[in-house]
Amino acid sequence: MQHIRLPWDHEDPYESRRRKLRGPRIIRTTRVRRTQAKLLARSLAFDVSWPASGLHERILVITIEVNGVSRQIDIEPDTPLLWVLRDVIGLTGTKFGCGIAQCGACTVHIDGVAMRSCSVPIGAIDGAKVVTIEGLSSDNNHPVQRAWIEEGVPQCGYCQSGQIMAVVTFLKKYSTPTDADIDANITNICRCGTYEPLRRAIHRAAELMKS
Amino acid sequence: MRGMVVPSAVTRREFILTAVSVAGGLMIGIGAAPRSARAAAISEQPWNDSEYAPHEIDAWIAIDPDDSVLIRYQRSEMGQGSMTALPMMITEELQCDWSKVRIEYASSNRSVREHRVYGNMYSHGSMSVRESQKMVQQVGASARERLIAAAAARWHAPATECVAAQSVVTHRPSGRTLRYGELAAEAAKVKLAKEPAIKTPAQFTFLPRRIPRADLAHKTNGSAKFGIDAQVPGMVFASINACPVRGGKLKSVDESLLAGVPGIVGVVKLEDAVAVVATDSFWRAKRALSRLQPEWDVGAAGSVDSEQLSKEFRAALTDRMVVARNDGDVDKAMSGAASTFEAIYETPYLSHSPMEPMNATVNLQPDRLDVWVGTQDAEWALGAAARASGLRPEQVHIHNAFLGGGFGRRDANDEILQAIGIAKVVKRPVKLIWTREEDTRHDRFRPHAVVAFKAVTDSDGMPTAWSMRVVTSSIFKSVGIPFPPDKAEPPAIDGLESNGYNVPNTRVELHLRNTHLPVWFYRAPGANQHTFAIESFLDELASAHRLDPYQMRRKLLEGKPDWLKVLDTAAEKGDWGKPLPKGSGRGIAICNFTDSLCAQVAEVTVKPNGAVKVNRVTVALDTRHMVNPQTVTEQAEGAVIFGLSAALYGKITIKDGAALQGNFDSYRMVRLAEAPRIDVHLVPSGGNVWGGAGEPGVPPVAPAVTNAIFAATGKRIRTLPIVDTDLRSGET
Repeated sequence: MQHIRLPWDHEDPYESRRRKLRGPRIIRTTRVRRTQAKLLARSLAFDVSWPASGLHERILVITIEVNGVSRQIDIEPDTPLLWVLRDVIGLTGTKFGCGIAQCGACTVHIDGVAMRSCSVPIGAIDGAKVVTIEGLSSDNNHPVQRAWIEEGVPQCGYCQSGQIMAVVTFLKKYSTPTDADIDANITNICRCGTYEPLRRAIHRAAELMKS
Repeated sequence: MRGMVVPSAVTRREFILTAVSVAGGLMIGIGAAPRSARAAAISEQPWNDSEYAPHEIDAWIAIDPDDSVLIRYQRSEMGQGSMTALPMMITEELQCDWSKVRIEYASSNRSVREHRVYGNMYSHGSMSVRESQKMVQQVGASARERLIAAAAARWHAPATECVAAQSVVTHRPSGRTLRYGELAAEAAKVKLAKEPAIKTPAQFTFLPRRIPRADLAHKTNGSAKFGIDAQVPGMVFASINACPVRGGKLKSVDESLLAGVPGIVGVVKLEDAVAVVATDSFWRAKRALSRLQPEWDVGAAGSVDSEQLSKEFRAALTDRMVVARNDGDVDKAMSGAASTFEAIYETPYLSHSPMEPMNATVNLQPDRLDVWVGTQDAEWALGAAARASGLRPEQVHIHNAFLGGGFGRRDANDEILQAIGIAKVVKRPVKLIWTREEDTRHDRFRPHAVVAFKAVTDSDGMPTAWSMRVVTSSIFKSVGIPFPPDKAEPPAIDGLESNGYNVPNTRVELHLRNTHLPVWFYRAPGANQHTFAIESFLDELASAHRLDPYQMRRKLLEGKPDWLKVLDTAAEKGDWGKPLPKGSGRGIAICNFTDSLCAQVAEVTVKPNGAVKVNRVTVALDTRHMVNPQTVTEQAEGAVIFGLSAALYGKITIKDGAALQGNFDSYRMVRLAEAPRIDVHLVPSGGNVWGGAGEPGVPPVAPAVTNAIFAATGKRIRTLPIVDTDLRSGET
């Protein structure tokens, strides 16, 4: 997957100096888990480099199912799923935060796996089933959504679609998560700092899913 | 609904929270809320394009025949919860049924046309509640009295025999009742002889109340509309690249690189930026923009870097200063002293980095301008948009959305002015979105500051005189707020000048040094960096004299019961003085900001390899009064994380005049795994003023943590961020 860099978007010397100075980072960086790695490999294998001539990208017909609705889209295959969802289909619940899979605001489910849609080219997921926050439940009654409301997690709310989508798949694997499980797997950024109620809500959602 | 297209796949719904959602986790702590308490509703699209409602009593309140109450909220909702809190205050006075309340934004256009009927519309300085409190209480009280007057007129009874409660007026002698919905039309015509007195907090019956914020449902199912979600028929998408060096100009750009590229509307050259506009997606515009190689005229600023700025700021510590506070005689007290204690603290530029990158959608027509944006000040945005478009203010409509974070960033109008500039060229509705890199680098930063302390102490080690000299940049100048040059502007000295310590000789001085970088209000301006300086220095004094940092502060705050209450609560609940394993330590800090007091105790562990883990932060917060303790607690929790990201990692490095950090890989944020356990203890002390809730939790975080690191390692951090200090103990 190619990350488009601005002309001055080079390696940050502050960051590299810090690494040299300190050795290990304070906290480990986001881990890519095996299930995600498989999908990521699909993305990487996909050729997203531009033709040397410029931006006259070939257009492909991509078929994806979004929230149960099958859609055929004529589009340049390097377009990230995020912008297909937001600008082409008009589902704006999935948010743009960073564009480089750092913050997780754009997290959706692709064939049941939580992925950061800003970094998944649509051409890599032809035929996939995508679920966004809008398709998670018909009336806000998914156990994770209920837990989020009961614990009053959101403040500004911008990151919460991605947080909820990440937690839904997390709880499928960890039905009784420990705090360590949560720490290792939920890496989405919240700038309002709702982590305290968010952690409570994950535990509550795990309970709700059992009852 | 003008201009708003609903995505075909989403059904517009209006959610009303029911008792079921309230019953669960929100009952923690305070037992004031009955289980039957029900929440009000906010529409998923917080603005209303019509600006008028059919059954208005006044510009603030409309009551439909079915008793549903529309309350307009004149500020912004960026997560701080005031869109729930202010209508709660109106409900307290109006005596209406909270479960029947609907909330929407007030229109800044209407305010402009109707003599600023909504007053100040901004959300900054933790002002939403504390500055509006009297005004919105009066709005509620006035409407209640008019409803009572309307009922009394129907019954031909004196108003004094009527009472209002839960959306019903009752005639006490006869027991007759009328619902608000039956009275609204007549109440709208009532003119009161004199405005009723508003309640004192002691007279409140509905407040304070711990209830869920009214926007929870939309913020858990993706339906809440942020500025970035606006969809206007026929709109095109713009991506922008501003000159990396502030103040620089666009020299040239070769547009031919995009000639014939499908889906590109055009390249728009602004004075200091270049934008590409695409037909169908932001991605297409962004991708095309990245192919352009604009040339910039950056001028002398193009050679500025952080190291040089740091040297200049430190050198300016001996320059001429403006005196901000001068108690006693510092020079005299210091002249005979055998020894003085001195230390210099430095804090870097910071980017606000709200989760939602800057964006604006505009539809510019010859006689009307519509702007969909999340702004912290819809009234200022309207004025700026009017000037930029050449239209009259009453022709400009700001459709304020939910804000994906603000922290001070969303009130500069940069993105709105750019979008108007682009719309003038492309002559179509346009949605402009900044990339994260653009958002970080073209922020108006939290200023860089250097503070020099000098103190003398008595034989017990207590300071008897201290001087604080500050060099930083002027936020007021960047914003355009006129201020006399011989006075010290508050955001440059907040946290120092406002300290509560009983030191008989205290002098605070300021030297403003402005650079090419505009600086801006950032959650708890001034205090967010100067509290680090003063609370670190006190700790250094304590350590030099083997005093307990908490007891030393207690002694310096003697005779100030509110300060002591906050300090004691944090110390007691934070287990101050209890033993900790080797490599761990506790730190304490306190601040006074926006008329609120906040003390924190941080508990950290520093591993031999230098890794810092903040295990726990205990917060004691005195906001004097509270509307909704639930959202006050949330603000304090969030403030700790916000302050912690800045303390641990926050730094914008300037190289060749431009900001180096661009995205969250180089400008790090605290994530869940790094988040400490946070215990918030609310200790409102009452009185005549209302304190702020959104900001006072930020300033104590950094010093509480660095003081804890000192307790754990003996290493004193005088320059933020913490990550820049090598904390390895060598025992790897």
